[in-house]
Amino acid sequence: MIDKVIPLIYLAAAASFILALKWLSAVHTARRGVIVGVLGMALAVGGTLLRPEIVSYRWIAVAFVLGTIIGVPMAMMPMTAVPQRTALSHAFGALAAALVGTSEFYLRTPKIDAFTMSALTLEVLLGFLTFTASLMAFGKLQDILPTRPITYRGQNVVNLALLGLAIAAGVVLVASPARTWLFPVFGAFALAFGVLLIIPIGGADMPTVISLLNSYAGLSACAMGFVLDNRLLIVAGALDGSSGLILSIIMCRAMNRSFANVLFGAFGQVQASAAVTEERIVRSATPEEAASILASARLVIVVPGYGMAVAQAQHKVRELFDTLTKLGVEVKFAIHPVAGRMPGHMNVLLAEADIPYDRLAEMDDVNSDFAQTDVALVIGANDVTNPAARHDTTSPIYGMPILDVDKARTVMVIKRSMNPGFAGIDNELYYMDRTLMVFGDAKAVVGNLVKELAAGAASR
Amino acid sequence: MSSDFEVSLFVFMLATFLGLEIIRRVSPLLHTPLMSLTNAISAIAVVGSILVAGKQESPLSTVLGTVAVTCSMINIVGGYLITYRMLKMFKKSGAGKR
Repeated sequence: MIDKVIPLIYLAAAASFILALKWLSAVHTARRGVIVGVLGMALAVGGTLLRPEIVSYRWIAVAFVLGTIIGVPMAMMPMTAVPQRTALSHAFGALAAALVGTSEFYLRTPKIDAFTMSALTLEVLLGFLTFTASLMAFGKLQDILPTRPITYRGQNVVNLALLGLAIAAGVVLVASPARTWLFPVFGAFALAFGVLLIIPIGGADMPTVISLLNSYAGLSACAMGFVLDNRLLIVAGALDGSSGLILSIIMCRAMNRSFANVLFGAFGQVQASAAVTEERIVRSATPEEAASILASARLVIVVPGYGMAVAQAQHKVRELFDTLTKLGVEVKFAIHPVAGRMPGHMNVLLAEADIPYDRLAEMDDVNSDFAQTDVALVIGANDVTNPAARHDTTSPIYGMPILDVDKARTVMVIKRSMNPGFAGIDNELYYMDRTLMVFGDAKAVVGNLVKELAAGAASR
Repeated sequence: MSSDFEVSLFVFMLATFLGLEIIRRVSPLLHTPLMSLTNAISAIAVVGSILVAGKQESPLSTVLGTVAVTCSMINIVGGYLITYRMLKMFKKSGAGKR
């Protein structure tokens, strides 16, 4: 009896996951999406617990409690830490899939048919490489590891050779699953490849890499579905796999680069060879001067970047938004797809600071507005505003779609120093006649702007 | 190829295309919640993990299964909670701020 019911429970769970993602497409239905997603997961877990194969619930209960104890604090992390939190949870998800694959292998060997073994190899390969790769990404995002790409001669050859070895070991295992000694070797290759894959990747490429790892973790769960002959796993895994794939494609397009270039190009490692060496003049402004320009503007577009997240300046930016709005200035936010360290990073930070989401505009919608903008205020963004991307064919970011801040009447850049950004490319925006640099920590500078604006308004 | 496997491949193919169509419609505004939600959904690996941990066929598989259930549970609890927390922060202009 129960054997007939469980597939129906799984079917309902799969439908819930599809609805969850469908409802996530718009803000007003998104929360409903999460709830139906929870329902789907409850059905999946509940249905599985009913299965007659399960002889003991003791360790499952222990794991549930442990997972909840660790999971709740991970959900309470501040929004600035969301990229590293996401990387860490990709690692957990991938590890789970890899471990299940590993135990299935030892339980079933040598009686595994070639198709099941192929799926199992894929599950374990993706699982283990995503596990170490995500841990490395976590380390880089958390600043435990150096964020700069680390490269050495022959790196790509070493990486591809290691991947080749892992695949070769996998193929041999598919051909003869009785060779149990090879399995740990295969797992070790996959783990090592994950580490080496992330070593050459710099901070600016994290949005693409996190999306790609998201896709791998999903595909690993999907492969598990083939091993266990469970279609719920296949559906849920395929949904995640395609989601990660779409996000990585969007991120790659937003940087005008290919997957291969992101993974093997070590962006930011090579300094622009055509870098101008002569001293160039920049104009800097004090917060008082900047505030008076802002106060007399009609339209201000704020361009936030990773620097805003690092300085934790989003709440001060909200105060600036409120103050300017009260003065009758229209304020919008222009969000570049790869601003920050993961897709949508800036949107979440600004939403956390209570900035209404209808003020957040996407690059394609907002770019035509810059020509009518009085002040473009760049806070902690760099490469996504560099006009060199449009015309300098020697620039490493040539061809990347950028926010056209240089078309605004005045460009104001809040920046800690003249040091180039993560990609190590000088930004010609800073040397334009219309550009004013306001040097200092983003949080402090925006705070001062708010104070000056308030003082100015009071004296009027 | 067994017919079961063939059906599974079809399910995979259809689910992938469906996923691509649905996800393409998600507004870039919500890309971070999307990733944390799909992260929670990929914790569906919990199904396989529970089976391995609960069947108790060998000490190794029970240990690995228990670790796997813990990892999946972290993602289920953490993933859904943080997605909900994020979505609660998205507010429209003038909609009862603070």
